[in-house]
Amino acid sequence: MDTKKILEIVAAIAKKIEAEKNFLTELDNEIGDGDHGINLARGFKSVEEKLPTFADKDIGAILKGVGTQLVSTVGGASGPLYGTAFMKAGNACKGKTSLTPEEFVAALEAAVNGIKMRGKAVEGEKTMLDALCPALKALKDGLGGGKNFVDALTDAVDAAAAGVEYTKTIIATKGRASYLKERSLGHQDPGATSSLFMLQTTLEVLRED
Amino acid sequence: MKKLINAVEAVEEQMILGLVKSAPDKLSKLDCGNVVVRANKKSADKVALVSGGGSGHEPAHGGFVGKGMLDCAVAGAVFTSPTPDKIFEGIKAVATDAGVLCIVKNYTGDVLNFEMAIDMAGDEDIKVDHVVVNDDVAVQDSLYTTGRRGVAGTILVHKIAGAKAEEGASLEEVKAVAEKVIANVRTMGMAISPCTVPAAGKPGFELAEDEAEIGIGIHGEPGTHREKIASADETAKMLLDKILADIDYKNQEVVVMVNGMGATPLMELYIINNFVQDYLKAAGVKVYDTMVGNFMTSIEMAGFSLTLLKLDDELKKLYDAPADTPALKR
Repeated sequence: MDTKKILEIVAAIAKKIEAEKNFLTELDNEIGDGDHGINLARGFKSVEEKLPTFADKDIGAILKGVGTQLVSTVGGASGPLYGTAFMKAGNACKGKTSLTPEEFVAALEAAVNGIKMRGKAVEGEKTMLDALCPALKALKDGLGGGKNFVDALTDAVDAAAAGVEYTKTIIATKGRASYLKERSLGHQDPGATSSLFMLQTTLEVLRED
Repeated sequence: MKKLINAVEAVEEQMILGLVKSAPDKLSKLDCGNVVVRANKKSADKVALVSGGGSGHEPAHGGFVGKGMLDCAVAGAVFTSPTPDKIFEGIKAVATDAGVLCIVKNYTGDVLNFEMAIDMAGDEDIKVDHVVVNDDVAVQDSLYTTGRRGVAGTILVHKIAGAKAEEGASLEEVKAVAEKVIANVRTMGMAISPCTVPAAGKPGFELAEDEAEIGIGIHGEPGTHREKIASADETAKMLLDKILADIDYKNQEVVVMVNGMGATPLMELYIINNFVQDYLKAAGVKVYDTMVGNFMTSIEMAGFSLTLLKLDDELKKLYDAPADTPALKR
């Protein structure tokens, strides 16, 4: 996975988030304050505009640039969380112009740990971590079991999708949905859903090869 | 949507510009965004206070920038936390050798964005700390929620921590007194009509002609329950009972804040205060001072919140200290 591929993935994620803007906002209307899609789409649109300036940068700098841009444009809770995730992933790929599968795992792990740290959250609280943590585990297991990267990433996306389903069955204990207590049951988490979209899009771009 | 605005995208900036132009010798706006600071030169040995949050709560927080209260207020989009880069610009603009204390309302977005800005400031060797206000008794504080929300009681944290900072106290001392206010201040609110975020164009919730939402937050988030609207006295009693059950205020001196949510006439706030004063007296609570007005609003929501702050000698002295801001003078 080289610099060009990373830029393609980021551009594709921006398109996907824009396409799913209303869906994410509707999910957030149910259990939050109804701005997840609007805020994320605003952020990724500004990332998209910034992409040409990233063209000659290394992967670490690109991801860090994406994170910084998200932090300064998204707002709400998802801005700092996704912003931190991309910045930490960028830190893990400092100076690199290509990534091995193991380096991709390290970057994703840094991103997930960044979200845990910033949000003081763990799995099972009805957040983006409920998609990301199972995905990370499935990716590691797949690669450890000798699968190629695309197959392992396919497992990761499946695990994230299962994680999104799981969020329907649990009560939120973080974020604004936590005030609803048991009324948050039955609703899928908007953050977990947008995380799933990002992983799905990454897989789709890599599958094109 | 019927509003006196020019363009939805311009609401926040034009509001901040208008606020600053109302006190041009005392306030100024940073070029980088909707960040209000004091116009006069900062003194190097005073702890600087920074607060902020989404717009739509006017006069909070920009209206409380000035001598005796805040040094800087950062405004985000309506009901959306400002982003860390803007908060960081605010912190940088007012930072002194004595340090910076950020006063944050307990909402996940506000807390995350402020924490990130504080990390950025820390990386540049700015001495900075923060407190999180969580005065709303409507929301249960338990392991299973993000905790109580920060609402109108935040203004009393601005006032008292601001007075302490003005005395030349250290960052640790200013933080300690802010924590003391937070430990002793409780608020509960209600609404009889919703508000409309300009960008959304329609109300965030609906209430029938005869309905009231009890325990509502300052962004129109749901409260504890919805019920048939009661009289002013009955409604005030319900909110006060919840507050009085949370802290023992008996035989204590308190500051009372009767806060309008934006569209409540002062006439109604005074009617509420008429009951509040008599009820507190009967409950053995001594009212030291009363504030009636719009301090922490939710755009044009109709409704009110009641806040009680339990005082000791230190808090009393700091509450009485001078303040000169657009929205609060003492």
